[in-house]
Amino acid sequence: MRTALLAAALLATACAPRPASLRIAAAADLRFALDDVVQTYTRAHPEVRVEPVYGSSGLFYAQLQNRAPFDLFLSADVEYPHKLAQQGLILPGSQFNYAVGRIVLWTRQASGIDVEHLGIDALRQPAVHHIAIANPAHAPYGRAADAALHSLGVYDAVKDKIVMGENISQAFQLAESGAADVGIVALSLAMAPGVATQGRYWEVPASAYPRLEQGGAIPKWSRDAAAAQRFRAFLLAPEGRAILKRYGFSGE
Amino acid sequence: MEWQAIWLSLRLSFWTTVILLAIGLPAAYWLTYSLRKWKFLVEAVIALPLVLPPTVLGFYILMAIGPRSPAGKLYATLTGGMLPFSFQGLLVASVLYSLPFAVQPFAAGFAAVDRRLIEASWCLGVSRAATFFRVIVPLSAPAIVTGMILAFAHTLGEFGVVLMVGGNLPGITRTVSIAIFDDVQALNYQAALNTSLLLLGISFCVLAATYGLRRRVWAVWPMN
Repeated sequence: MRTALLAAALLATACAPRPASLRIAAAADLRFALDDVVQTYTRAHPEVRVEPVYGSSGLFYAQLQNRAPFDLFLSADVEYPHKLAQQGLILPGSQFNYAVGRIVLWTRQASGIDVEHLGIDALRQPAVHHIAIANPAHAPYGRAADAALHSLGVYDAVKDKIVMGENISQAFQLAESGAADVGIVALSLAMAPGVATQGRYWEVPASAYPRLEQGGAIPKWSRDAAAAQRFRAFLLAPEGRAILKRYGFSGE
Repeated sequence: MEWQAIWLSLRLSFWTTVILLAIGLPAAYWLTYSLRKWKFLVEAVIALPLVLPPTVLGFYILMAIGPRSPAGKLYATLTGGMLPFSFQGLLVASVLYSLPFAVQPFAAGFAAVDRRLIEASWCLGVSRAATFFRVIVPLSAPAIVTGMILAFAHTLGEFGVVLMVGGNLPGITRTVSIAIFDDVQALNYQAALNTSLLLLGISFCVLAATYGLRRRVWAVWPMN
């Protein structure tokens, strides 16, 4: 009898409808910046529950093609939202650009690698055994890192040292934990409070990789498109932009 | 601590175990007593999740239950919902993923039951179904409990399949192992450590309970 009751309770919770929330599929470079935006947003709109899920943009793109139940997509590039638009999977006219990302060479303070002065040549140092980047196959920041290594002429010298994270925040975690000596990561992660003091970085010149324009879109099946639009408006308004700027994103 | 993820994983493991009990017992019965020559092929298929990389299994499941597949379309017309990125989808995936962990101990338990006892029961006019529940199941109870525990524990820790099919949605498909992965990426090591420790504790308790139970209750009855 007790087992039956427990089973019924479990079944009930498994099937019970949940209060609506705004579920955001967000590129991993936004991990700390968007948390900050969400915190500010929910202070002004306590009735909304905003749930960001972080991952590589390519992964979300694949999931959204399978109608993953997200209400808003914030990609690390403009290609993925554009492709979704071409397939008719987003609300017409819901595409937008919200930031331009930048990449840095990041290392722990303790590693003793002087990235600020050596710049890209820091990667040639014998002390560098592993360089963490995001997987270029499905992470725009990985593609930017890959392009920078090629255009700065160090790719062939360092290609055997490259290790890949599934997304940019995993690549950053590899560098932050010291498992990789250097990471080519998003500036927005390097500037996160709490880790900013633990590392040092050198900003890769913007001319070395294609512009990391970041765009988003609202999927057609968004459960509350109006709420998604309100959040998008906040992100694009001066208040939202100011937060993104604190994490090193440039606006236009 | 990721209580939401822990509760979700416990629910997922519970329902996976219930479903595996329902389909695993008949499957194990058939595997043990069928005289078909091609039985080994079925055994191989059931054991596949043991050796198949979870990502491969997850990828196939995603293709099989996605909105573009026949099964996914059928499910959509019947329920109006979708299997990928839902609790029900995870349940389907977990049942397949943990199938051998339930069926193999069940079948081993059935095979260890003295054939003469079963035949004696049949000769006394007891039906096959009644013989199953009154002779075979009681005699292989330890094996059935083992299978259930293994299925439960295996589901609790699944990662690759969930990552492929689930999509990391809080409260719906963000299971404990995904939550730990996410916490590590967020450099939230303390939370990852706490949740991992809890998972370690639960796993140990579950296994200790199984072995303890087996010793105390069944040690006095020689099995053969």
